[in-house]
Amino acid sequence: MAAYKEAPADATAAQKLLVWVDNRFPLSKLYNEHMGEYYAPKNFNFWYVFGSLAMLVLVIQIVTGIFLVMHYKPDASLAFASVEYIMRDVPGGWIIRYMHSTGASAFFIVVYLHMFRGLLYGSYRKPRELVWIFGCGIFLCLMAEAFMGYLLPWGQMSYWGAQVIVNLFSAVPFVGPDLSLLIRGDYVVGDATLNRFFSFHVIAVPLVLLGLVAAHIIALHEVGSNNPDGVEIKEKKDAKGVPLDGIPFHPYYTVHDIYAVCVFLMIFTAVLFFAPEGGGYFLEFNNFIEANPLKTPPHIAPVWYFTPYYSMLRATTDLMVNILAAILAIAGVLGIVKGGFGGLGKIVLGVAVIVAVALLKTFDAKFWGVVVMGGAVIVLFFLPWLDRSPVKSIRYRPSWHKYVYLVFVLFFLVLGYLGSQPPSTVGNYVSQLGTLVYFGFFLLMPWWSRMGSPSPVPERVVYAAH
Amino acid sequence: MSDQQIDSGKRTWLIASSCAGAVGAVGAAVPFVGSFEPSERARAAGAPVEADIGGLKPGEKMTVEWRGKPVWIVRRTPEQIAELPKNDALLADPQSKRNQAELTPEYARNEHRSRKPEILVVVGICTHLGCSPSDKFVAGPQPSLPDNWPGGFLCPCHGSTFDMAARVYKDKPAPDNLEVPPHMYLTDSRILIGEDEKNKV
Repeated sequence: MAAYKEAPADATAAQKLLVWVDNRFPLSKLYNEHMGEYYAPKNFNFWYVFGSLAMLVLVIQIVTGIFLVMHYKPDASLAFASVEYIMRDVPGGWIIRYMHSTGASAFFIVVYLHMFRGLLYGSYRKPRELVWIFGCGIFLCLMAEAFMGYLLPWGQMSYWGAQVIVNLFSAVPFVGPDLSLLIRGDYVVGDATLNRFFSFHVIAVPLVLLGLVAAHIIALHEVGSNNPDGVEIKEKKDAKGVPLDGIPFHPYYTVHDIYAVCVFLMIFTAVLFFAPEGGGYFLEFNNFIEANPLKTPPHIAPVWYFTPYYSMLRATTDLMVNILAAILAIAGVLGIVKGGFGGLGKIVLGVAVIVAVALLKTFDAKFWGVVVMGGAVIVLFFLPWLDRSPVKSIRYRPSWHKYVYLVFVLFFLVLGYLGSQPPSTVGNYVSQLGTLVYFGFFLLMPWWSRMGSPSPVPERVVYAAH
Repeated sequence: MSDQQIDSGKRTWLIASSCAGAVGAVGAAVPFVGSFEPSERARAAGAPVEADIGGLKPGEKMTVEWRGKPVWIVRRTPEQIAELPKNDALLADPQSKRNQAELTPEYARNEHRSRKPEILVVVGICTHLGCSPSDKFVAGPQPSLPDNWPGGFLCPCHGSTFDMAARVYKDKPAPDNLEVPPHMYLTDSRILIGEDEKNKV
């Protein structure tokens, strides 16, 4: 326990109060660690605003969510009408509801950009692996929030979207049907499902989410922020132990972020007032029809932020499974011939590949589709160990790395577009190619990220005052 | 701390009591996980339903709700029945051999997948991801269907097609034929869905 401090004799009442509090709660200490004396690199660019924006959207979602729950009824026979009641009869209800539904899309835009920033500048590299992993956990929680929240309005897309996704779990061998029964709590998506999704959406997942956000920030402030140059500013400190290239978060980056918040809010409110349904991408048109368990809408697509993963799910057909088996076999042969394993290692690798190929051919393609979709998110957790480039930032990577990133981003967007469209033969082939590019980008990263020679990384960050 | 002697007796009891605590925690989780199961009310709602097919004309379909799912009853025309064997080569499982226990009761393991050749009773939920297929009874070329379409069902979600006996065509996302629910005839015009001679609820 810290020694009891006395306020100086000439202190004002406010200073005395602060000393009184500091003796009982580490208020000044917390402020200094996270704001006043948290030294962030001085060369942040616009990519660094999305973390703060994500916090802002989180607050918007929590506040609007609290007010929506005051009028919403989690009951299959009342839910749809209660959402329409919020939209039409509750004063200000329409804007609160649109803030929440638009906020969900805004959240994913901001988070996707925030993650891409990490990818560009190697923000997940040592010593920031846990910052990245907590972040991936946040991304998973967000996906769960979005999926379960979308059931609550009890429209046609809510109902059939949940029906399709919950049925995915029944593709798991052996335990699948029981698992999906356990998730639904009934033989079909119904009142029981709506109630439990409501509980998860408003209580369970937000609690986990807030815990992960706290862990994300605590881990970040422990190791310090990365920057566009990928230089560790803590390696060059002045006599007082302050990084030479660091500036206090407050006031420098609070002002920086408030500017970004203003720009964000202009765009956000423009969408809110002029296109709250985002042309059918933020809120799908079929969701303004009440759920009907006896009639499927002609075209079912998830909301845009899930479509890249949904494309990968649809792309996993028997043909795709055969391609995957062939790739595994080739990788196995390469590993045995060129991997430099001992005799036992070669046998183990060979057996493992044969077992994997046998499994691929044993279970339905439907199950592997679920594995591919889940794997596409899980692979992100391993990024810190997949990237073996000697430098962190894209600025000092070989210039062709930029094209690798470009191809990856383009295919991610194409997958996203195709996932929102009805299935087609050509689209399916493109999705299959996109799925291979997505996984190739990550799983071959240990090899391609080491290729080429990076340019020298400067000792200090590169920064020119405006 | 580190230079203290380890009291192995104390450590044994600490481990033992921690294990006992863990067992207790697992035990406490049982009712919570159990509450995810369908409630007694949901199970009761799985009770069989009766349908009157007296007014169903040849070529018509009616839908009744059983366990929250649509169950279709179709009275096929003689032409539609005659068409069925011709589809066999194009079907993934014409003899309904896959997953018989769940999908096809004994009395429906035939060409027309039904107890009476003209009456088809199936759960109208696609075996792919649970969408409800739409009726495409009219034969001939039409959007999303082959030109030699003999009539059947099309799932709008991922394009699986089924013939008039709800058997899935080859190379479609759906792995299986539609499910024939347990059912029996109470009289010539009344069907009980959800229960048959072997499956009493």
